[in-house]
Amino acid sequence: MNDISRREFLKQSAAIGGGLTIGFGPLGAFSQNAAQKTDGVEINAWVVVRPDDGIIIRYARSEMGQGSMTSAPMLVAEELECDWRRVKVEYASANANVKRKRAWGDMASVGSRTIRNSQEYLRKGGATAREMLIAAAAKQWNVPASECTAQNSFITHGPSKRRVSYGKVADAAAKLEAPKDVKLKDPKDWKLIGKSVKRIDIPDTVMGKQRYGIDTQLDGMLYAAIAQCPVFGGKVKAMDGSKVEGRRGIVKVLSMESFVAVVADNWWRAKEALRDVHIDWDVGANGNASSASLMEFYRSGLDAKEDIAVARKDGDFDQAFAAAAKKLEAEYYTPYLAHSCLEPMGCTAVLKDGKLDVWTSTQNAEASLATAAAAAGVALENVEVHRTQLGGGFGRRGGAQDFVRQGVLIAKAMEGTPVKMLWTREEDTQHDFYRPASLIRMKAALDDSGNPTAWYSRVSATSIFSSLVHLPLKPPLAPAEGVDPQSVASIFDIPHAIPNVRVEYAQRNAYVPVGFWRTVGHSQNPFVRESFMDELAAAAGKDPFEYRRALLQKSPKDLGILEATAKAANWGSPLPAGVFRGIAETEGYGSYTCAVCELSVDKNGEVSVRRLVLGIDPGYAVNPDNIQAQMQGSAVFMLTAMFWGEITIREGRVEQSNFHDYRMMRLREMPKVEVVLAPSGGFWGGVGEPGQASIAPAVCNAIFAATGKRIRSLPLKNHGLTLA
Amino acid sequence: MIELTVNGKQHNVDVEPEMPLLWVLRDVLDVKGPKFGCGIAQCGACTVHLNGEPVRSCSVPVSTAAGQKVLTIEGLAQRGQLHPVQKAWIDNEVPQCGYCQSGQIMAAVALLARNANPSDKDIDAAMTNICRCGTYARIRTAIHAAAKSPKSAKA
Repeated sequence: MNDISRREFLKQSAAIGGGLTIGFGPLGAFSQNAAQKTDGVEINAWVVVRPDDGIIIRYARSEMGQGSMTSAPMLVAEELECDWRRVKVEYASANANVKRKRAWGDMASVGSRTIRNSQEYLRKGGATAREMLIAAAAKQWNVPASECTAQNSFITHGPSKRRVSYGKVADAAAKLEAPKDVKLKDPKDWKLIGKSVKRIDIPDTVMGKQRYGIDTQLDGMLYAAIAQCPVFGGKVKAMDGSKVEGRRGIVKVLSMESFVAVVADNWWRAKEALRDVHIDWDVGANGNASSASLMEFYRSGLDAKEDIAVARKDGDFDQAFAAAAKKLEAEYYTPYLAHSCLEPMGCTAVLKDGKLDVWTSTQNAEASLATAAAAAGVALENVEVHRTQLGGGFGRRGGAQDFVRQGVLIAKAMEGTPVKMLWTREEDTQHDFYRPASLIRMKAALDDSGNPTAWYSRVSATSIFSSLVHLPLKPPLAPAEGVDPQSVASIFDIPHAIPNVRVEYAQRNAYVPVGFWRTVGHSQNPFVRESFMDELAAAAGKDPFEYRRALLQKSPKDLGILEATAKAANWGSPLPAGVFRGIAETEGYGSYTCAVCELSVDKNGEVSVRRLVLGIDPGYAVNPDNIQAQMQGSAVFMLTAMFWGEITIREGRVEQSNFHDYRMMRLREMPKVEVVLAPSGGFWGGVGEPGQASIAPAVCNAIFAATGKRIRSLPLKNHGLTLA
Repeated sequence: MIELTVNGKQHNVDVEPEMPLLWVLRDVLDVKGPKFGCGIAQCGACTVHLNGEPVRSCSVPVSTAAGQKVLTIEGLAQRGQLHPVQKAWIDNEVPQCGYCQSGQIMAAVALLARNANPSDKDIDAAMTNICRCGTYARIRTAIHAAAKSPKSAKA
């Protein structure tokens, strides 16, 4: 794939996921008739100035710990030239976004794209407001605007040294026409971008004042607990709630086709009563499915001659492979994974007088709004999705809005009464949209000097795009007809200099629901690509860092982060006895990452990670401390997954249910993580997800160096290994 | 009626004795700081202090807490002054999504109350709460920072 088609593809990929498909004109759509009431004067959709010079910057996306609720407003403030200490951030309303022709654009926090996809219009929003404030002051002084400058929420007229604050001219500025074209600052003049700014939501969190979806409290509110069919896709055949009728606090037992709900005056009573409701499920056709039958299904994709799509074809793999003296073949497997947001899925809703109000922890308020409107049968304009902090998201609360649909259906059945629906942890673990399992066959051929001449991958997996978000697998969204870009992410676009490459995709959609799990395809495929690359280096008898380095000479950004991280990790320097290194490098979400792991493995299979060095080049680093935090968090998320993460199926049902059998990493297992932040400038990469990509292969490559055992499937617990 | 003292305030609640303390706090008394994560005392998001000891309130029947002192994250700051642990949490930018953090903070406060200068090993043993976002490194740093703060012993 050449650079232009790759960029275009990334752009198209980024465009998906929004719940609505109304056109979005970044600046043209600004309107003075705010559907949203704010104390102050709205200069444009992003900026409100209060008479006391307080600044309100609107934030359209979600906050789930990724820090964008601070870093996105930083971009507005940078150009606005306002006093950051006086900035308050408020959520843009999803309802107002419908009514104002998407003045705030995409509201989704998915795909690590808040900054990279909105940076331009956010900066323009700030710059436009600044120019309007300057113009208003200039008009008041009767001087040319070009003689005025803005800084720290004040406008100064250079020649006369007159000063006026933003609050004093906001009224006049709001009446001016927005300039069509504004010049954005040169990055060298940035004052805020690139500085570690304290996250605005942290003080409330630390005081226990932060409000999540689960904390919604409304007058007269009832509570609902639900049970869904333990086999995906099953339905309620019959239900008998007579045992709990009349029990203290129980208001209603609802049979809702795909789930049963108990509505009560507190959640605990609802949940307890639900256990005594007899439900007869029609489990459908999948009651006998198992992890073994699913594996067989995916294996059929590896061997199939038909229903195979070609994601990439450079040169002639078959010929080069047949002619080669040295050949490698391997099969890799990565399992289903649950998101396990610490706040279980939930939704509060009230339908009254044709108006629907929803409170939910969502990664995509517009998708929630559209889902809620459809479930209740009301117009989009009559729905509001009230924003809250999310107790984790990781992709669970974006593409699938199942919990919103359920909450609204319950509210509809209880019309006029607010109902807060909440899942148990068991429901959450067993009714996820899982990271897809994936089975991959790899082949490569080496020439006499050990360089790869041919590379082949066939991925057999369920497509998230086609099964969850129903997107056509066609270019430019897909790398080729019939290919889910996530299923082959980082494999089809392998940047290494290899003349003959063939990447195939067997779309094998199983009945297990799949979704976007933090880092999506890059959560699993770099493990395969970079482990296999390590196999090649080993077969060639070459140092794994030098081997990659030689193959990445024409990919400067990949090479840059590889070298910067290896240097920070002192790659090649002597290690204590029993300690070994592994390395891996990946591009994903517009950023480049590299991991170097130092570890030892004892005779009991205890893996002691001595040091994990994580490098990232996100282009511009907006809030460096937050990037450090995201990288540290990525280490925990990926180590949890790679050591213990595995959702298995028996009799059609998920076997795991809660944290006792779906293990999370704990503080005592946290290794030393060093972050190498190497922003090379000139582009805007994501930071919430890419950090995970290189970790699993770096750790497994170090395990190979330590033990000689090549890890080709995860999790590591299945290989008798655990994290010390 | 069950009598409870929550953050210094007395309440009488008319609930089943086996109802978990967490749900009495959240749904009956509107104390939302303690969070629900698992319901089986695994994650610790619901951690509160019962007579100064950290407990997982999702698995403590309210009858056990009758007549005793419950302290939640909301009661930690005194006269508008943040607890040193809260301050250290802000200074070190610990939280990400923040959902587990009231439990983490209550666990850390309890640790420092019985061990004013905990070692890394002490922190490992005491801090068993799950953080899905992965803030563990900063939790450790913040606990050490709070231990150095002059007021920490008064937790």
